[in-house]
Amino acid sequence: MRVMVIDYKAGNLTSVLKALRHLGAETDVTDGDLAPIERAERIVLPGVGHFAATKRLDATGLTPAIRAAIARGVPFLGICVGMQWLYAGSSEAPSQPGLGYFAESCARFSESKEKVPHVGWNSLEVRADSRLLAGVEPGEYVYFTHSYKAPVTADTAAVTHYIEPFASAVERGNVMGVQFHPEKSGATGLKILSNFLHREGTK
Amino acid sequence: MITKRIIACLDVRDGRVVKGVKFVDIIDAGDPATQAARHASEGADEIVLLDITATHEGRATLLDTVRRAARELFVPFGVGGGIRSADDAAQVFEAGADKVSVNSAALADPMLIDAIGRSFGAQAVVVAIDARRDPEAADPVRDAQVLVQGGRKLTGRRVVEWAREAEARGAGEILLTSMDSDGMRTGFDCELTAAVSEAVNIPVIASGGAGTVNHFVDVFGRGKADAALAASIFHFGVSSARSLKEDLAKAGVSVRLPC
Repeated sequence: MRVMVIDYKAGNLTSVLKALRHLGAETDVTDGDLAPIERAERIVLPGVGHFAATKRLDATGLTPAIRAAIARGVPFLGICVGMQWLYAGSSEAPSQPGLGYFAESCARFSESKEKVPHVGWNSLEVRADSRLLAGVEPGEYVYFTHSYKAPVTADTAAVTHYIEPFASAVERGNVMGVQFHPEKSGATGLKILSNFLHREGTK
Repeated sequence: MITKRIIACLDVRDGRVVKGVKFVDIIDAGDPATQAARHASEGADEIVLLDITATHEGRATLLDTVRRAARELFVPFGVGGGIRSADDAAQVFEAGADKVSVNSAALADPMLIDAIGRSFGAQAVVVAIDARRDPEAADPVRDAQVLVQGGRKLTGRRVVEWAREAEARGAGEILLTSMDSDGMRTGFDCELTAAVSEAVNIPVIASGGAGTVNHFVDVFGRGKADAALAASIFHFGVSSARSLKEDLAKAGVSVRLPC
């Protein structure tokens, strides 16, 4: 399995690469070379930090290349900011559009007495037909660190509660995103990445 | 529901885990990579490796240790000790750490916090603060002092004010060690931890003083800590993070179980 990991210079890829390789994937990294996207069997867009960093995807031409790969049916997984990028945009960087695969936008957690960022291990309420989260049982935890989040919609694959319910995973066809860090979520996270690598079919 | 984190801390010198109380009676306690994997498999929510190697030659050893420890570790992994520049931090991240903690270097040059945060994101920067109550002050807790050099030297900074500055500069978490409690096994400094936790909007990790399970219950309740560092408690009767968390759950603390 050949996985293309997109580097848009927003933090460290080491952990994601390590987890994918641990699961037996061959990994390539691109920060702008579009040719490898053509032969990718899976695409992973990691991401920590600021939504504005996704600007680089537009500047390098990666955005249309990823859009084309998704249209070909290549399974795509966005992690953290990489998930948020699948939406129309984020109030973190209002002038920077996302991919718009999902029509809604991401927003900061509401003001409350709870701390923002949301950091730590939290649980998932998994949609029964999610292929990405197959085998994740109630009461399993994953690791989050973020201040912005996606809204709960019909495409939401898992809901997590912190201040308010938000989409901790999204899934429609071959396009998936997780707000948490599966590469840092112990056995549960590896199970989710393994589901992504081993899902059958391309659509 | 968000859970309280138990972070297993390994003190490492010259590539070996060491344990000791207040830096005396330091003994060899094994290989850091093996110990990190063991703590993760025994339920720790996060692993921190604190390098207490003082020498320049030790840096290469540390990077090798981080690389080996990170290889099979799939929980958050922090590294602290001797990180003096954004370049030092970059090397540690490249070796496989998810977070770095900075302490005296950030006090000497607070811009270091901004620099690491800009390159690697706020979630990757932990500012470690060694704190001591100021018994002379009108409010010994609110006016607690920041120390460096293993608690030997005063900096003139106040803990709450420094924590706020660290947050404003882009720190993602505060690791607060009470030098009054450290090594005493009489409990965390809950008043001080609460004062810092209420002053900032980022997670506060409590450290120093744990001797019993109830000390953790206290610091998560009264101390308003988001996470707690567990080090020597594993040498004194509490067998693992899992058993600690099972006891915490019985006491009503929300923790990641099963793990």
